[in-house]
Amino acid sequence: MSILPLETQARETALGRGWRAFAESRMAVLALGLVTLLIGVALAAPWITPQDPYDLTQLSILDNMLAPFSQSLDGRSFWLGTDDQGRDMLSAILYGLRLSLFVGVAATAIALLAGTTVGIVAAYFGGRIDAALMRLVDLQLSFPAILVALILLALLGKGVDKVIVALVSVQWAYYARTIRGAALVERRREYIEAAQCLALPRRRVIFRHLLPNAFPPLIVVATVQVAHAIALEATLSFLGVGVPITEPSLGLLIANGYGYMLSGKYWIAFYPGIALLVAIVAINLVGDRLRDVMNPRLRR
Amino acid sequence: MLAFLLRRIGQSAFVMAAMALIVFVGVYALGNPIDILINPEADQIEREQAIARLGLDRPLWEQFWIFVKSAASGDLGRSFVHGVPAIDLIVSRMPATLELAFVALVLSIGLGIPLGLAAGVKPDSFVSRTIVTGSIFGFSLPNFWLGLMLILLFAVEWKILPAGGRGETRTLFGIEWSILTLDGLQHLILPALTLAIYKASLVVRLAYAGTREALLQDYVKFARAKGLRPSRILGVHVLKAILIPVVTVIGLELGSMIAFAVVTETVFAWPGMGKLLIESIYRLDRPVIVAYLIVVVALFVAINFLVDVIYTLLDPRVRLSEREA
Repeated sequence: MSILPLETQARETALGRGWRAFAESRMAVLALGLVTLLIGVALAAPWITPQDPYDLTQLSILDNMLAPFSQSLDGRSFWLGTDDQGRDMLSAILYGLRLSLFVGVAATAIALLAGTTVGIVAAYFGGRIDAALMRLVDLQLSFPAILVALILLALLGKGVDKVIVALVSVQWAYYARTIRGAALVERRREYIEAAQCLALPRRRVIFRHLLPNAFPPLIVVATVQVAHAIALEATLSFLGVGVPITEPSLGLLIANGYGYMLSGKYWIAFYPGIALLVAIVAINLVGDRLRDVMNPRLRR
Repeated sequence: MLAFLLRRIGQSAFVMAAMALIVFVGVYALGNPIDILINPEADQIEREQAIARLGLDRPLWEQFWIFVKSAASGDLGRSFVHGVPAIDLIVSRMPATLELAFVALVLSIGLGIPLGLAAGVKPDSFVSRTIVTGSIFGFSLPNFWLGLMLILLFAVEWKILPAGGRGETRTLFGIEWSILTLDGLQHLILPALTLAIYKASLVVRLAYAGTREALLQDYVKFARAKGLRPSRILGVHVLKAILIPVVTVIGLELGSMIAFAVVTETVFAWPGMGKLLIESIYRLDRPVIVAYLIVVVALFVAINFLVDVIYTLLDPRVRLSEREA
C-alpha cells in the first residue's frame, strides 16, 4: 500500500515534465488553447448560438443572402451573414463544427480501438497471424484514404454513421502499424517474460502489460488522425457523399456556398472554411509539438 | 535483381487479383442498380428486358465471371448512362488527369525541395520557422477549400484566371493537351497549384528533416574541410542524401495525387477521370466505377513497382540487403 503514493507522485512529475517540455513552444500552447475553445463552443452550440439553424420556424427566407454584419427584418444582426435559406452563418458554423468534431473524434476513437487490437495481437503472436494481418494493413495503406472512403460511401449512401464507418475503415491500419512496431520492441523485454512465467492469462499479458507500454506513440498518431478525419469528412461531404443535407457539417456548408461564390457572395463558403482551417491547424500544431516532445531522438 | 523483379511482379499480380475481387463484390453486391438504371415509368416487360440486357439477372458469381473474362480482354462493360464501353470513357478522360497530376507533381517538387533545403540550413532562423509553420498550414488546408479560395481570388476578385474547364487544347500524338496552349496553361495553373500545395508541404518537411540530419554527417564536414563552396555542398552532397526519401514519397504520392484529383477536378470542373467518377457515383453507373477502380489500381500497382525498382537503383543499401535475403 505504501507504494501507491510514491507511484502516483512519480507519474505526476513525469506528466509535469511532459507539460513543461510541451509549453516551451508558445505556439503549441496557443494551439492547445484554441482546440479547447473550439471544443467548448461546439459543445455549447445549442445554448450560445443566436439561432437554431435546424429549426425552420426561426428562419425567415426574407433574410436570405445577407452580407456579414447586416441586420435582419426584426433587428437582429448577422455577424457572418446568412445563406440562401436565411440561416445565420455563425449559428450554422457552430453547429457544423459540432458535427465535424464529433465525427472526427468518434471515428478516431473507434479506429484506435480496432487498430490497436489488431496491431497488438499481430505483435504478440507473430508468425503467420502477424504476416497475414500486416499484409492486410499494407494493402489498405497502399490506397489513398480519400479513394477508399469515397467508394465505400458511394456504396453505403449518406449518413453520419456511414461517414464514421468509412473513416474507421481507412484509419484503423495506421494504428495497427504503429502499435505493432512499438509492441514488437516491448515484447522482448523482461517484464513480459516475467508475466508469462507467472502463467498470467494471455489476455492479461497483452492488455495489461504489453498494451500500456506500447501505447505512447499512438497518442501522437491519434492527434494527427483526428485532424485528418475532420478534413476527410469535410471533403466527402463537399463531394456530396458525406453527411445528409439535414445535418450540415462544415464541408457541406462550404459545398452549399460554392454555388454562390461566383456571384460574389463569398461569405457562405469562406467562413465555414476558416472554422475548418483553424480547427485542423490547431490540432496539427498540438500533434506536431507532441511528436517533438515524445521523440527521444530530438531530446537534449 | 532478376529474382527480386520476378517476386515483385508476382506480388503485383496478386494485389491486382485481390483488388479486382474486392472491387467487384463491393460494387455489385451492395446497392440496388435496378431502381436507378431503369426508368421508373417503364412497365414490367421493359424492366425485365433491361435487366436481361444488363446481365443483372445472373447469379453474382456468373456476373463476376463475365466481368473477369471481359476485363482480361480489355472490355470492362458498357456505361449504363453513356452507352459506350466504360474503359473507353475512362481512357478518354485519363490524359486530362495525368496532365494535372504531373504538373502538380513538378510544382510540388519545384517548391518543396528549395524551401525545405533553405529551412534546413538555418533551422533557428525566422525564415526557416516561417517555412516550417507554413508547411503545417499547407497540409492542414482542406484541398477543396483552398481551390475555392483560389477561384475567389483569381477568378472572381481579380478576374485574371479562369474559374474552371480545360481551355483550349492542342493535339499531340492523338491526345489533347492543355499544357501546349497559353489558354490551356491558364486553366491548368490553379487546379495544379491546389493539388500541389499539400504535397509541396510534405516535400518541405522531408527535405527540411533530411537536410538537418545530413548537415551533421561526416561527409558534409569533410566536404567543408576540403573547402568546397557551400552551394556545392548543398546542391550536390546534401541534395543527393535527401533525394532518396523524397523519391519514395513522391512515387507513392503520384498515386494519391491521381486519387485527390477527384476533389480538385470537381472544384475546377476539370474534365478528368476523377470528375467522371463523381458523376458516375451520383448516377450509380457501376461499370464506369468498376473500370475507374481497376484502372486506378493498375496505375498504383505499376507506380509502386517502378518506385521499388528506382529505389533499388538509387540506394545501394537496399540492393545489398536484397542480396543477403
